[in-house]
Amino acid sequence: MATELVPSGHPTTLPPANGSFWGRLPVLKQLRQSVGLQRGMLVAGLAITALFLLVAAFAPLIAPYGFAQLRDDSGPFGAQQPPSATHIMGTTVGGYDVFSRVIWGTQTAVLVIVVAVVFSIFIGILLGLVSGYIGGWLDRVLVVIGDAVYAFPSLLLAIVLSIVISGGQSSLWGGIFAAALSITVVFIPQYYRVIRAETIRIKAEPYVESAKMLGASAPRIMFRHVLRNATRTLPIIFTLNSSEALLTLAGLGFLGFGIEPTAAAEWGYDLNKALSDVTSGIWWTALYPGLAIVLAVLGITLVGESLNDLADPRLRARRRVKARATTATTTATAAAAAPDTTTEEKS
Amino acid sequence: MNDVVEITDLSISFATDGGTVRAVGGVSLTVRKGEVLAIVGESGSGKSVTAKSILGLLPETATTEGAVLLASRDGSHANDIVSLSPSQLREVRGTDVSMVFQEPSTALNPVFTVGWQIAEGLRAHGTVSKAEARREAIEILRKVGIPEPEVRVDHYPHQFSGGQKQRIVIAAALVLNPGLIVADEPTTALDVTVQAEILDLLRRLRDEFGTAIVLITHNMGVVADLADRVVVMYEGMVVEEADVKTLFASPQDPYTRRLLDAVPRIGQGRVHTAEREAARAGARAARAAEGESALAPVVEASHLTIDYPGRFGRKGFRAVDDVSFRIAPGEVLGLVGESGSGKTTIGRALGGLTRITGGSLTVHGFEMLGFSERRFKPLRADIGFVFQDPAASFNPLLTIADAVAEPLVIHGRAESPRDARKRVDELLEAVQLPRSFGDRFPHELSGGQRQRASLARGIALEPSLLIADEPTSALDVSVQARVLELFAELQRAFGFAALFISHDLAVVDLLADRIAVLYRGRLVEEGTGAEVLDHPTDPYTRRLIASLPVPDPVEQAARRAELASIQADSRGR
Repeated sequence: MATELVPSGHPTTLPPANGSFWGRLPVLKQLRQSVGLQRGMLVAGLAITALFLLVAAFAPLIAPYGFAQLRDDSGPFGAQQPPSATHIMGTTVGGYDVFSRVIWGTQTAVLVIVVAVVFSIFIGILLGLVSGYIGGWLDRVLVVIGDAVYAFPSLLLAIVLSIVISGGQSSLWGGIFAAALSITVVFIPQYYRVIRAETIRIKAEPYVESAKMLGASAPRIMFRHVLRNATRTLPIIFTLNSSEALLTLAGLGFLGFGIEPTAAAEWGYDLNKALSDVTSGIWWTALYPGLAIVLAVLGITLVGESLNDLADPRLRARRRVKARATTATTTATAAAAAPDTTTEEKS
Repeated sequence: MNDVVEITDLSISFATDGGTVRAVGGVSLTVRKGEVLAIVGESGSGKSVTAKSILGLLPETATTEGAVLLASRDGSHANDIVSLSPSQLREVRGTDVSMVFQEPSTALNPVFTVGWQIAEGLRAHGTVSKAEARREAIEILRKVGIPEPEVRVDHYPHQFSGGQKQRIVIAAALVLNPGLIVADEPTTALDVTVQAEILDLLRRLRDEFGTAIVLITHNMGVVADLADRVVVMYEGMVVEEADVKTLFASPQDPYTRRLLDAVPRIGQGRVHTAEREAARAGARAARAAEGESALAPVVEASHLTIDYPGRFGRKGFRAVDDVSFRIAPGEVLGLVGESGSGKTTIGRALGGLTRITGGSLTVHGFEMLGFSERRFKPLRADIGFVFQDPAASFNPLLTIADAVAEPLVIHGRAESPRDARKRVDELLEAVQLPRSFGDRFPHELSGGQRQRASLARGIALEPSLLIADEPTSALDVSVQARVLELFAELQRAFGFAALFISHDLAVVDLLADRIAVLYRGRLVEEGTGAEVLDHPTDPYTRRLIASLPVPDPVEQAARRAELASIQADSRGR
C-alpha cells in the first residue's frame, strides 16, 4: 500500500526502473501521462513540430524548384505571378517560387534552431553550474554580465553580432552561424540563470551535504549530484527557446541582416521583400512565409507549454476516479473525464 | 441532537498519476458535544483526509462517498457536507466547524496583522464594524492567553513565538464560537514544553467553551493527555474505537497493541545501557591489564563556541555557547534540546560542515578550529553521518546501490559503483534490506527503508564515529521503533561511537549511554540516562521531562499536576 501511494511519475524523480525505454524518453513519458485538453495541446504541438521537421528533412523532394531558382526550361518564372498550376503559391517580387522558398525555409530554420540551442545550452549549463556551486566573486561577475546582456534589446545585440560574425558577406553556413551565434549570446544568460538558480537550491539539499560529508570533491558533487538534478526544467526552456530562436532569425531576416536569397531560403527575408506587395494587393508573397513562421512557432510553443504544465503536479490533469452510479460526488467535473479512460484499480 | 458530527460509511478516493488510490474506505464515527475525539494512525492511514472531509476541504482530485452530517451551532439542524455546494460550504466553515493547522508559521499570512486575520472570519460571516471586529479580536486573544492583547492585536505574525502563533491560529478558529474544531497535528511543529501549553489551551476550550475537538495526531502521548475517546485508523479503516482509558489499558486490535508497544518510554533503555557499560568496563580492564593506556576520546569539545555571523553592523548569533563534552570510543552520547538549542549545529561542526569559532573541538584528535578541508578529508572516512530526512538525503537520480557505494568510491575503496556492488549487498543485508532494493530509486522505498539505506551508507566505511541527526523524527512510531532497534544492533556489531541528536527524550534514552541536554546553546546538564532523567538538577531539564506526555492517561494526569507545580515554581522564583 505504501509504495502505491508514491505517484509513479513524480515530477522530481525518474520513472521507475521497470519502465520501458520508450516510456522513459522525456517527451513520450509526458505524452503517456497527459489526459484531456493537455493531451490535445501536446499532440497538436508534436504533430506540427513533426511536420516541420519532416518538411525540413525532405525539402529537396517536396520543393518543385530550388530556393534560388529564377527560371526553368520554359523560361523565367516572372515576378509577382499569382498562384497557378505551375507556381501553386505564386512568385515573389524577385521572381522566386513562393512554395519552394517556404519549403526550403524550414531547413534554414531547423539548422539555426539546432545550432543556436546546442551552443547556448552547453555554455549556459556549464557557467550556471560552476557559478552557482562555487559562488563568490566569480558568481557575482557572471551575474552582472548576464544582467548586462539582458539590458540590451536582444534584436539589437543580434544585429551587431551578425555584422561582426559574417562581416557583411553572406553564405549559407556563414548566415546560419551568424544568426545562430547572435541568438546564442542572448540565450546563454537564460540557461545560465535557470541552472544557477537550481544549483543554488540543490546545493543546500541534504543529499549534497551528505556527499560533502563523505568527502566528495567539488567537481564530483557538481557533475554527479547537482547537474542531473538541475537540468529537469531544460526540456521546457529548450522548446520555448527554439521558438524564440526562430522568431529572432525571422526578425533578423526581416531587417535585412539575414541570409541572402541566393545562399538559402529564409522566411524573414521573404517577408521583408513582400512589404510593398501587401499594399498593392499581392497577398501571396507575405501570407505563406508568415503562416510558416506562425505554424512552426505555434507547434514548438505548444509542446513547451504542455511540457511545462505536465511537469507541475498542481497543473497536471489526471484521470478522474469513476464515481459509482449510486453516489453523489461533491465535484461535478468528474464528467469531464474522457469516456475512454479506464480507471486502473491498483490495489 | 447530541452528536456534533456523524460520519457514516465514508469512502474517499484520489486520482493520481498511478491510477486511483483509495485513501479512506467505509469509515463511520461520531463526535459528541464537548468531547475530544482523537483520530490516531500512521502516515497514509487516512486520518487527515477523514478529518478534512468534515470541512469539505478535500482537493479537487478526490471523490467522496457516504455521508458527513454536521450539526449547526445552535443544534437546530444538520448538513450533509458531502452534498453541499461550495457557497453552502462557506456558510458552514467558521460558524459550525473550523480548523487548526499543523504549522502555525505558514497558516498565518505574514503581511497582515493578527487582529486583521482573526477579524477575517467575522467579516466573512456577516457585517461587523471595524471597531467591533477589533474588540472581538482582542477579546478572543485574551481568552487564548496572549498577554497584552490590546497592543498585540496590531502586531504581525513574525513578532510572535511559535507557541503564540499557534494560540493565534486557535483564536482565529474560535472567533465565531463553532461547535467543533478540527485540529490537524496541532502540536507536531512545536517544542515539547510549548506543546504542553497548547494542549492545556485545547483542554480549556473543551471545558470552558464546550467546544468539541477532533484531534488528529500520531503522538500517543498527546492522545493520552487530551483525548476523551480514541479512533485508531489503519490503511483507511477504523480498526478500533474506545474510551481513552480503555484503549490504553486494554487495546483490543492487534494493530493498536503494536502501535502502543512501539511508543518509546523513558526508562526502557536502561538494561541495554547497563549491558554496554559493563562490556566497555570489561574492555577497559582488559586493556589496563595488558598495560596499555586508556583510549583517547573520539570527540572532545572544550568551551566550544559557534557563532553565525550577523548582517553588516549587527551582532552575530551565538548558536553554541561554551559547551564541553567528550565521547569515548564505542560510546553513544545523546544530545537533546528543543529547536534552536544548537544541537544540529554541534552535529554539523563534528562533520566539518559548520566551522567553529571558539574553544576547541577535536575529532579523532584533529583540531576543528580553523581546519582545512584538504587535511580533514582522509578523516571523513572515519565519520559516518545519518541525516534527518531520509527522503531528501538521497540523490533522487541515483539508485540505492549507487548511493551506498558513493563513500566507497570517493575514498578509493572501489573503482566504480558496480565494483562496490558486493560490499553494498553486504551492507544492505546488515541493515535488513533485500539485495534487490539496491536497484531501486529512493522514491520507490518507504521512509523506514530509506532511513535503513541511509544507515547502510553511514556505516559503509566502518567509521568509528557516527553522527545521527534526528534520524527518526520523520518516521512513524512503529517504523521508528524498528530503525532504533537496528541502530542499536549495528552499534553493538560495529562498535562505533555515536552522537545521537534528537528532540525526543524517550528516543535518546533508548539508545544513549550518556545524555546531554542543550538549552539555548548552553549545555545545562550531562550524565547517564538514570542521572539526567530520574534526578534532573537543572530547572529546564525538569520542565522538559515533565512536559513530555507519556502514553498512559492515568499517569499523564498525575504528571500534568507535577508540571503545573514546576511551572508555578519557576514563575515564583
